[in-house]
Amino acid sequence: MLKQTEGSHAVAEAIALCRPQVVCAYPITPQTHIVEGLGEMVKDGSLASCDYINVESEFAAMSVAIGASAAGVRSYTATSSQGLLFMAEAVYNAAGLGLPIVMTVGNRAIGAPINIWNDHSDSMSMRDAGWIQLYAETNQEALDLHIQAFRIAEELSCPVMVCMDGFILTHAYERVDVPTQEQVDRFLPPYVPRQVLDPRDPVSMGALVGPEAFTEVRFLSHHKQMQALDLIPRVAGDFESAFGRDSGGLFRTYRTEDAETIVVALGSVNGTIQEVVDEMRAAGTRIGSVSIGSFRPFPLAALREALKHARRVVVIEKCLAVGLGGIVSDGVRKSLSGIHLNGYTVIAGLGGRAITRASLTRLFERAGRDELEPVTFLDLNEDVVKHELARETAVRRSGPTAEAILKRIGTVASRIG
Amino acid sequence: MFQIRIHGRGGQGVVSGAEMLSVAAFLEGRHAQAFPSFGSERTGAPVMAFCRIDGKPIRLREPVLEPDALIVQDCTLLHQVDLFNGLRPGGFVLLNAARTIEELGLAELAHGMHRFRFTTLPATELAMKHVGRPVPNAALLGGFAAVTGELELESVIAAIVEKFPAAIAQKNVAAARAAHALAARSLEAIHA
Repeated sequence: MLKQTEGSHAVAEAIALCRPQVVCAYPITPQTHIVEGLGEMVKDGSLASCDYINVESEFAAMSVAIGASAAGVRSYTATSSQGLLFMAEAVYNAAGLGLPIVMTVGNRAIGAPINIWNDHSDSMSMRDAGWIQLYAETNQEALDLHIQAFRIAEELSCPVMVCMDGFILTHAYERVDVPTQEQVDRFLPPYVPRQVLDPRDPVSMGALVGPEAFTEVRFLSHHKQMQALDLIPRVAGDFESAFGRDSGGLFRTYRTEDAETIVVALGSVNGTIQEVVDEMRAAGTRIGSVSIGSFRPFPLAALREALKHARRVVVIEKCLAVGLGGIVSDGVRKSLSGIHLNGYTVIAGLGGRAITRASLTRLFERAGRDELEPVTFLDLNEDVVKHELARETAVRRSGPTAEAILKRIGTVASRIG
Repeated sequence: MFQIRIHGRGGQGVVSGAEMLSVAAFLEGRHAQAFPSFGSERTGAPVMAFCRIDGKPIRLREPVLEPDALIVQDCTLLHQVDLFNGLRPGGFVLLNAARTIEELGLAELAHGMHRFRFTTLPATELAMKHVGRPVPNAALLGGFAAVTGELELESVIAAIVEKFPAAIAQKNVAAARAAHALAARSLEAIHA
């Protein structure tokens, strides 16, 4: 059924259609509307056979999800930003134990300085925790990915994180097609756990594992993600057959066939990138883009095939690896090992800074002339940076950086864009 | 694509206004996208929300930088925010004001090179009369339908009904209808 609704609400509806048995969560912006929506559905009875458990922190949220999943029920939670960091230890444990929890991350920056707006610093910090990570381009895809996520998680016994851009998607109203319960039931069979805490048939989970077996356990978690490289496109294919929509998969290419310049990005910014690709194509520039859906596992081999004919690859990243540059770029360059082409990392959209068509157009034009630095910060206010550096050189006790910069920039509430 | 930017103050319903416009467009079978600005949202602080309407799926995610129409819920923002930034020549401006464009000192923008199409509407007064609270949102949406012709009044009303609990919805619908009639009359006066 077609609806015009908020992204968070669409995801809450998708989760309810997946018949979770335990939802536990702690509110944090911009994810809050999702678990609020689920809480309302449990309370009014429209989401039956589900316990909604209010917990005291994100650490508790993931711990309860682990307990529920180990007891053999379909478990879900959602978080953002500092919340994800606070649950970090349990995030690793969920994967280490092989529990198929599904979690939404409403992507938001990490402090300090405190910032509630969108970038990918939160989920990127957990990229090696052993979870599968899928990134949504639109609210329709966010809805669809959650339905696919339970299938993937339960088939592999591996947790899946569905990442959607905070505010840009979570708070956006757009058209979504919400499937029926019958459709979802046909696509997603009831959960049959690989391991269960059952008093009638006791097992231990979470044993101490020494050097004699730790590598083997870790190898198997890597092996699981390598299997996911086949499973994720297969599930996306099944989803398309069942629901008639192309959603999910490892990545999607856009006008890359004869492209000299290929832009690579994750999440909602791909829509704006595609608009710019169309405008530049119309002006005769051979440019295309790739939207990576599966960041973990990272599709090295398939991506190599998609990118190898390009003359240059521009990776747009909503996360800064301080002291290095980009994180996605590392994977992209690894996929192109031995192939000579120009690779550029562009850090963009940090802490909610708008990524505009105008800025992307200028950026891609400069890339086309190979004028970009290896690492570029899109729309960096160089005056502010220079002034702050000069001030810190002049004065030993220069005080807190963020506050000094805010003071120089002045009021922002009156600005547009 | 038709792009709308709504300016107001935290608490006036800027975000829900944009959402209702998108629902109205959806009900007419069109694609629409509504989203808040990513600034500090405190009660009374200047806030913005955006809406795009198109006949095809909307991929663009940047803020509305070149609107076809502005809705201004609070005229005191004229002194604080660069409201007309990026507004297309000939663009619509719907102001919540009981005063005329001349009284607001905006005549030059209407008759100068930009030829912005201004309409003022006493939306707060209409809200006080029909809703009993100074919530100008629904009245402005009704006025928007009349001024731009971009949406049918009935779609806007259906969106209002979808957004609010029944009792409050009917009061807001009354405000929207009154504003629509008022705006339509003032347009007739201009064209007469």
